Amino acid sequence: MKGRRDRFPNVLRLSESKGMEIEMEKQKEPVLAIKDLRISFTMYDRGLNRREYEMVHQLSLTVNPGEIVAVAGASGSGKSLLAHGVLGILPENAAVTGTIEFCGRRLDEASLKKLRGREISFIPQSVKYLDPSMKVGRQVIGPCGRRERKERQEKMRQVFARYQLEESAANLYPYQLSGGMARRVLISGAVMNPAKLIVADEPTPGLQESLARETLQNFRELAEEGCGVLLITHDIDLALQMADRIAIFYDGRVLETAPAAAFRGDGEELAHPYSKAFLKALPQNEFAISE
Amino acid sequence: MMKKIIRSALRMLTLLIAISILSFLMMAKSPVDPLTAYIGTNSTISEDAKEEIAEYWGLNDPPLERFLTWAGNTLRGDFGTSIVYKQPVLTVIRERFRYSLALMMIAWISSGLLGFALGIAAAFYKDSFLDKGIKTVCLAFQSAPTFWVGLVMLSIFAVNLGWFPIGLAAPMGKMAWEVTLGERIYHLILPSITLSILGIGKITLYTRQKLLEVLGSEFILYARARGESSWQIIKSHGIRNIAIPAITVQFASFSELFGGIALAETVFSYPGIGSAVTAAGLGGDVPLLLGIAIFSAIFVFTGNLIANILYGVVDPRIREGVSHEP
Repeated sequence: MKGRRDRFPNVLRLSESKGMEIEMEKQKEPVLAIKDLRISFTMYDRGLNRREYEMVHQLSLTVNPGEIVAVAGASGSGKSLLAHGVLGILPENAAVTGTIEFCGRRLDEASLKKLRGREISFIPQSVKYLDPSMKVGRQVIGPCGRRERKERQEKMRQVFARYQLEESAANLYPYQLSGGMARRVLISGAVMNPAKLIVADEPTPGLQESLARETLQNFRELAEEGCGVLLITHDIDLALQMADRIAIFYDGRVLETAPAAAFRGDGEELAHPYSKAFLKALPQNEFAISE
Repeated sequence: MMKKIIRSALRMLTLLIAISILSFLMMAKSPVDPLTAYIGTNSTISEDAKEEIAEYWGLNDPPLERFLTWAGNTLRGDFGTSIVYKQPVLTVIRERFRYSLALMMIAWISSGLLGFALGIAAAFYKDSFLDKGIKTVCLAFQSAPTFWVGLVMLSIFAVNLGWFPIGLAAPMGKMAWEVTLGERIYHLILPSITLSILGIGKITLYTRQKLLEVLGSEFILYARARGESSWQIIKSHGIRNIAIPAITVQFASFSELFGGIALAETVFSYPGIGSAVTAAGLGGDVPLLLGIAIFSAIFVFTGNLIANILYGVVDPRIREGVSHEP
C-alpha cells in the first residue's frame, strides 16, 4: 500500500480530492449502464451441429461521469468482448442480449453508428490497430470532408501538443512509431472529439513503468474533464492505482464491483472469495495463494 | 534503388541464358527436323543435296557447337530466318507483336479493372447472392479452357448472331492502308473478351480473398470503433491495402496472358504472336520458336519486374527499406 502511494503520488491525491465530487456526480445519470448483458457466439461443431457459446453472462456494470471503472480479470476471460460489445464492433456471429444505455439512451445499431468515434471513443490495445499503409495523422483525423479537414487538422495539432507529440509525428507510418508514441497517438485519436465515454482495452501491457504511468495519468485527466472511462485490463495492480471502482471479472461474469479503497489492507470489505484471493495474490501481498 | 536495378538486370540475364539453353536443348531433342521443315516432306531433292544443306546449316555439328553458333548470332541481333514466314525472325515478332499487344493490353486492363471491382463487390456483400454469383462465374471462367471459350463466343456472337467478324484483324480483301481504326477495334472485341475471361477469375477471387483478409484485421475494427462507415472503410482502408497486391497479381499474370493468346489468336485467326507460335510449332520453325521463347521470357520477366517495383513504390515499409519486425 505504502509502495503504491509513493509510485503514483499525484494520481492518488487527485482521486482522493475528487471523492466529494464523485459522491455528487453519482446522483447524475451514468454515462454507461450495462444491464444483464450476454454475448454468445454461434459456432459449428464437428459436423454441422450449431452450438451457442456464451462468453459473457448476465453482466451488469455502470460507469458514471468523471469516473474510471476498471474491469480486471485474467487474460482470455472475455473482457475485450465486453469492450467490443459496448462499441458494437463484435463479429457477425455474435449475439448480444440485455441492454446497454449511454447517458440514459438505449444503444442500438443505429444510435451506435452516430455515437462511435464521436461521443464514445475507443482506445485499442496496440499499434496493430492502425492501418499500416496510412500515415497516422490521417488516421487520427479520420475521414472527413475538405471543409472539415482544416478544422480537424488544427484540433489534431492541439491534441498532439497536449500529449507531447511533435507535429511531424502525423507524417509517420504506424511502424515508425515507438511504443510510447503509438500509445499517445492512439489516445490522441480518442480525444479528437469531446467524448463522454472512453473505452480503453488493455492500454498498458508491454509499456515501461514510466509510460504506463503517463498513460494512466492521461486517463485520470480525461476523467477530471468529466469523461467516464471504462478501463479494461488484466493488471489488477494497475487498476488499483488508477480506478475509482474495480469490477472483478471472471469467466464472463462480474463477480464483484467495489471501490478501489475496498482493496486495501487484506480485503475485509470485499464480498467475493475470488476477489479476496485475487487481492492476496498480488506481489505486495506476498503472492499468497489460498486453497 | 541502384542496387535493386542491378540485381534485377543480373537476374534477367541469368534467366535469359537458362531459357536459351533449355529451349535450344528441347529443340535439339525434339523430333522437329529443320531440314524436313524447310524442304517439305515430299520433296524430290536428292539425299546428296539434303546432306549438303545439312552440312551448310551445321546440322551435323555437335549440339554444343550448334548452340554456340546460334547464341553468338542471337547476341549480334540475328535471330535467323523464319521458315514458315520466310522473313527474319525479329521482323516477324515485331510485326505480330503489334497486333498482340493491342489485344493483350485491352484484355489485361479490362479484366484487371472489372475483376478488381467485382472482387470488392463480392467481399463487400459477402455471402449474399451477388457474392455467390460472382464466385461461381469466376470459378467457371477459371476452369474453362481458352480455346473452348473462344469457340463458344465465335459460334454465338459471330456465327449465330452475326454481330462480330469471324476472325482476322481486319476485313478480308482490304489493303492494309485502307483499314480504319474502327474496323481494327471491331475485330479486336471478341478475341479480347475471350482473353479477358481467361484472366478475370483469378483477379476477382484474389481481390475478394485479400479484401476479406484485410477487413478481418484489427485496424478495421478500430476504424469501425471510430465511427467510419462500411463504405468509408472499404474506400480508405480496404482498397488502399489491396490495390498493390492486386496489381502485382495482375502483372504476374503476364505469363498466363501470353499462354492465352497462343490459343485465343489461333481460334480467331488473329495475326498476332500467339498464332505465330502455333504456326511455328506446327511448321517445325525452329528459329521462330526460339526467338519467341526468348521474347516471351523478356515479356513475362518485365511484368514481374514492374510488379516488384510497384510494390516498393506504394508500400512505405518496402519503399524506405525498413523491416517492420525488429
